[in-house]
Parts: sequence; C-alpha cells; structure tokens
Amino acid sequence: MNPWLFVAAAYAVTLGGAALLAVVSYLAMKRAER
Amino acid sequence: MAGAVSSHWPIGHKSGVTTGSNSPNHHSTVPSLHALANPARFLKIARPLTPVLFWAGIVLIALGCWAGLTQTPPDYLQGETVRILYIHVPAAWLGMGGWSGIALSSIALLVWRHPLAAVAARAIALPGAVFAALCLVTGSIWGRPTWGTWWQWDGRLTSMLLLFFVYCAYIALARADADRGGDGRVPALFGLAGTVLLPIIRYSVVWWNTLHQGPSIGLTQSTINRAILWPLPIMLAGFSFLFAGIVLMRMRALLATAKAEARMRRMARV
Repeated sequence: MNPWLFVAAAYAVTLGGAALLAVVSYLAMKRAER
Repeated sequence: MAGAVSSHWPIGHKSGVTTGSNSPNHHSTVPSLHALANPARFLKIARPLTPVLFWAGIVLIALGCWAGLTQTPPDYLQGETVRILYIHVPAAWLGMGGWSGIALSSIALLVWRHPLAAVAARAIALPGAVFAALCLVTGSIWGRPTWGTWWQWDGRLTSMLLLFFVYCAYIALARADADRGGDGRVPALFGLAGTVLLPIIRYSVVWWNTLHQGPSIGLTQSTINRAILWPLPIMLAGFSFLFAGIVLMRMRALLATAKAEARMRRMARV
C-alpha cells in the first residue's frame, strides 16, 4: 500500500473542493453585483 | 442564490442609513455590531477586504502544502500518511468553526435584530458544510492505511457526520425561510440548537472508546512533535483566511441579489 497515494488523494480532494467552492462563490458574487 | 435574502432587510434605500429598530442609537450597547449594521458601510469594508483575505489564504495554503509535503519528517508509526494532518485538521476546524459563526450570527439576529446577521449565517452555511464534508472524506482516506478501514461508526466520526447533515438541513431551512419572506428567526433558532453538537464532537474521543486518537492539539500544548506540527498553524491560518474571503463573497452576492429584488419591487409598484 503506497502511502503517497492516500496523501495525494486527500490533498487533491481538499484543494479541489476548496477551489470549486471559491470559484462558485466568486462567480455568484460577480453575477449578482453586475 | 436568487431569493436568498429576506425582503425585510433595509438595503434598498438611497441614503444607506438604517432606520427604526435598526438605527445605531437603538444599539448603543453594541457599538462594534451596529457599526456594521448598515449594509452600505459593510460593503465599503468588504469590497477591498475580500481579495486581501482570498489571496492571503492562497499564499499561506501554498506555503503550508510545500512545508507539509516536503519539509517535515514522516511519523515513526504512521509514516508519510501523517501529512494528511495538515489538511484534515483545518477542514475539521472550519467545519466546526463555521457552525460557531452561524450560532453567533443567530444570537446577533435574535437579540439585536442585526440586519446582516441572517445574511452572514446563510453565507457561512455552504462553506461550513463543504469543509465538514472535506473533514469526513480526508479522515476516511487517512483511516484506510492507518486503521485498516474507510469508516467506523464511532463517536467522533458519527458526530461529525451528524454536523454535516445539520448543515444541509440549515441550508434548506434558511432558503425556505427567505423564499417565504420570513424574518430569519426560525433558522436562527435552529442554528442555536445545532451548537449542542460542537461539544459532543470535541469530547467524543474522551467520552467514548473510539478508533480516532484522543485530543492531541490544545491551545497551549500538543502531544505531536514540533518537527511535524509546525506547518499546521500556517495551513490553519491559510484555510481560515480563504474561508473568510469566501464568506464575504457569498454575503456580497446575497446583498446584491436582495437589492436587485427590492428595486424590482419598487419598479413594479410605480
């Protein structure tokens, strides 16, 4: 069991989830303030 | 996002000065709160603050990732998987911290009728739910190589899962309340009631036998070696700044939507 696979998966999920949340929130803000 | 804010918020007027029970004089005992009660004044601060918080968060998270993935030694027992600590703990911190923010906003709404409190609570709910979910997912990924299982119905994991469901219920309740033109008191009461989960999550590893480790990080000391621990405050600060930036974005979106709806209503009356 390669531990780096689990580390990479955890970081990808967290950073991807946070990035998606930030992008969705930014677009919603821009759309609403237009 | 449409219909996100109750039509009762006094944000559509030209002067930007709140009136009646929301006037600053009415809140003379809470100057720090009523200073931001005016949405126009709040937006004046929030607009420049949003990119500052966002980019400070991105820089600190990048620094923390670099430090956590390359500059710390592997744990003698867990090996390289200990590096999941640097994202799992901030996710748990923000999942629980988000609900604390909802509870404080609920108090501000119920006690002082603060006009931005319901907006703040609604803006916090989705990011809080996302970070609670990220805490569960990263914990599950960490559990597989460490405990030999993806999931265990023990006190810590189950109470955190409950918090995620409570977030989902709050989001649905707050949206329904805003859609029917409610004053936000029902979601606020729910937000206060949900705080009962926070001490349960915190002390679940003390009260019950669980696979999850006991409390290892306190305010003044930690059982984790400093050589491993030091990137964690960087990641905690980075994710907290990012979270705050996202909450401000969502508050601005909710306020702009409510303002547009108020304008539409005025035009329909003319």
